[in-house]
Amino acid sequence: MSDKKQERVGVYVCHCGSNIAGTVDVVDVANWAAEKLRHQGVVIAREYKFMCSSLGQELIEKDIKELGLTRVVVAACSPHLHEKTFRTAAKKAGLNPYLVELASIREQVSWVHTDKAVATEKSKAVVAGAVSRVIENVPLEEIKVPINPNTLVVGGGIAGIQSALEIANAGFHVYLVEREPSIGGHMAQFDKTFPTLDCSACILTPRMVEAGTHPNITLLTWSEVTNVAGYVGNFHVTINKKARFLKEDLCTGCGICQEKCPKKVIDEVYEAGLGYRKAVYTPFAQAVPNFPVMDKENCTYFIKGTCKACEKFCPTGAIDFKQEDQLINIDVGNIILATGYDLFDARRVSNYGYGRLPNVFTSLEFERLSNAAGPTSGNIVLRDGKTTPQRVGIIHCVGSRDKNFNNYCSVICCMQGLKFAHLVHERTGATVYNFYIDMRTAYKAYDEFYQRVLEEGTLFVRGKVAEVTDAARYDREKGKLIIQVEDTLAGKQRRIPVDMVILSSGLQPRHDAKEVGKLFGISCSTDGWFTEKHPKLDPVATMTEGVYIVGCAQGPKDIPSSVAQGAAASARVLDKILQKEVALEPIKATVDQEMCSGCRICNSMCPFNAIAFLEDRMVTEINPALCQGCGTCVAACPAGAISGTGFSDEQIIAQIDGLLWRTLEVEEAVAE
Amino acid sequence: MNNDTFEPTIIGFTCNWCSYRAADLAGTARMKYAPNVRLIRMMCSGRLDPTFVLRALSCGADGVMITGCHPGECHYIEQNYKALRRYLLLKRVLKGLGIEPERVKLVWASAAEGARFASETTLFVEEIRKLGPLNWGKADNGPKTIDHVESSMVNRLSSEKEVPA
Repeated sequence: MSDKKQERVGVYVCHCGSNIAGTVDVVDVANWAAEKLRHQGVVIAREYKFMCSSLGQELIEKDIKELGLTRVVVAACSPHLHEKTFRTAAKKAGLNPYLVELASIREQVSWVHTDKAVATEKSKAVVAGAVSRVIENVPLEEIKVPINPNTLVVGGGIAGIQSALEIANAGFHVYLVEREPSIGGHMAQFDKTFPTLDCSACILTPRMVEAGTHPNITLLTWSEVTNVAGYVGNFHVTINKKARFLKEDLCTGCGICQEKCPKKVIDEVYEAGLGYRKAVYTPFAQAVPNFPVMDKENCTYFIKGTCKACEKFCPTGAIDFKQEDQLINIDVGNIILATGYDLFDARRVSNYGYGRLPNVFTSLEFERLSNAAGPTSGNIVLRDGKTTPQRVGIIHCVGSRDKNFNNYCSVICCMQGLKFAHLVHERTGATVYNFYIDMRTAYKAYDEFYQRVLEEGTLFVRGKVAEVTDAARYDREKGKLIIQVEDTLAGKQRRIPVDMVILSSGLQPRHDAKEVGKLFGISCSTDGWFTEKHPKLDPVATMTEGVYIVGCAQGPKDIPSSVAQGAAASARVLDKILQKEVALEPIKATVDQEMCSGCRICNSMCPFNAIAFLEDRMVTEINPALCQGCGTCVAACPAGAISGTGFSDEQIIAQIDGLLWRTLEVEEAVAE
Repeated sequence: MNNDTFEPTIIGFTCNWCSYRAADLAGTARMKYAPNVRLIRMMCSGRLDPTFVLRALSCGADGVMITGCHPGECHYIEQNYKALRRYLLLKRVLKGLGIEPERVKLVWASAAEGARFASETTLFVEEIRKLGPLNWGKADNGPKTIDHVESSMVNRLSSEKEVPA
């Protein structure tokens, strides 16, 4: 390393207001670096209140120009926050942006340690590590690759529909993939939406039709993504289009097949188990697309080999029992995941009796009960299908804000409970109780709705329900469901007999969220929701460039927020498309073929098939377009023939030495 | 130096996609943990050349923490499994060199697990504190200065790297 020319390093220590300076003696760190790291090439070390401010950046730019700096170290926050800022500043001053290193003394030092002397010591070590490393940095150029203007949207709920429409309306092509036979998602199951009491279907179906008929949208329902390869701008996606057993180009959606099908099946998905569908079915009247699907598991022909009633009666000959699943390969530049949520399974709260006590309903069941297109034509009745309840209890926070189940607040359940209270009151005149822990009615016009429900006479009991039981203690409780609760405002235990209990169940991540995340290369939070790039400032992007998350896949939220996120992600995607190309980090592995012994150890290391063995020359070659820069092959090469730009052996070893150099120095001082 | 006043120096290798972000998250959430670990960011735990660990131990570190994505969650599909294999092999090598294998620890921490990162760090520092200083490459126990360590290590490592054809 001594044969290298002496670099001129500038060190800049940020106070970050008091965020760093409160715990780290930044002046001491800067003075120390100027003195003790001089032999490494540090020619200037400064501290400044906010390095990321324009004045701070100008300071660096000025020094690069006037002092002829060839390397820059900024001791400040995490590189994930401001690396780009300082690289851009360096570039403006004519220095290659990859000759800048960030030393994280905020996230890794000042925010996590309390002892000022210790924190200052550690900061010095971190700075020394960064200085040693930056000397080994080499100038790099970003790799520009063209962006495929097509976009994949996964999930056809309201968030996905919104995303798809925004992009399609801007003139770019969208593939909208939905697992169920129709788009629409959970919103299609609801009766009314809070707080406006808009008919859910009335506001949703025009959007569904628009998405279904849009010339820029290829709708793939009853389909699932099975494989994703590539990277931002150039994803290669495989989609399994499941067999509908029906020729879509011939089907007119007349519905005769459903009418004639003799097999009735309980509809667990759309009707939440309250209603029936046929073995060949469209989930609901306004389904988009309006082609039915054949449920192979329940179809008499598939089970017994005879029937084919649908085929006999189909006027266009669209039924095709021989149809097979079809794999479709598409290339897209960006991906938006709008995979939604699962409803919390209320059976898990066994003391509320769902599944055991017939007149305990889940929120989704109640949505279907109160829906005019639902199994009871909108009549709110007990499980017997005829009795109108006189007294109804609505329990909030079922499965949410509960250490036994989910810690988080599901956001929508309070408003959902209030909506149910209003609907029950309006349709049945029953006495309605709401049992809540805290009433959370944030956002526009929500609290006004709460006031309205209060004025309508709904009774509110503050307390977490202990139990729902049918074991009567008094005559007035006979034949009723009794809600046992501590009324925390009245300060007493209460037993409230009701005819019907509605559980305002929370939302939880899709059961397969983890696998889906893995497929698209994104991670889940500890609760299981997809993790956004930044919780405040980048809520729809993910750590994987080109993959965005919208709607409840990212966390519980209401319809307006889902729609807003859907549109937000589209804006991000359109921004990418309009740039026509994307700059990739130049972090790639390369083989020095002079040094390659042809042992082929690296060949099996790469999961992206970027490494090819050249049989004629008996050496290995890495395809930079496929290399993702993980560096596993670099670490594996026994000949040291592979180097990884940005994270080379030299850089890492120098950083180790730098981090530890301080240790030796301190110990020697103690010894003396 | 007795173990009560001994402050271990630990080098931590972190993955850009999970554990480095977990460390960021621990910072953002102001979770306090032991200040003995100094982190080096890599793109993936699969990048970890075991010689980096030896280098750190021979240059003054008392322990090395390797962190990566949980099994099955690797940003690069499966490279953390390769880190796991190397880690297990490395521990055997350390044993052969007469170094406690417990001085090197592999910890999985996802980007969401700031709390786990903080608690695992503190725990590891205590484990190393119990083991005491390593003193490999220190004044009374080998090369004294960085240059000495460097030349001796480079020689040793380069001879280790040569694999018979």
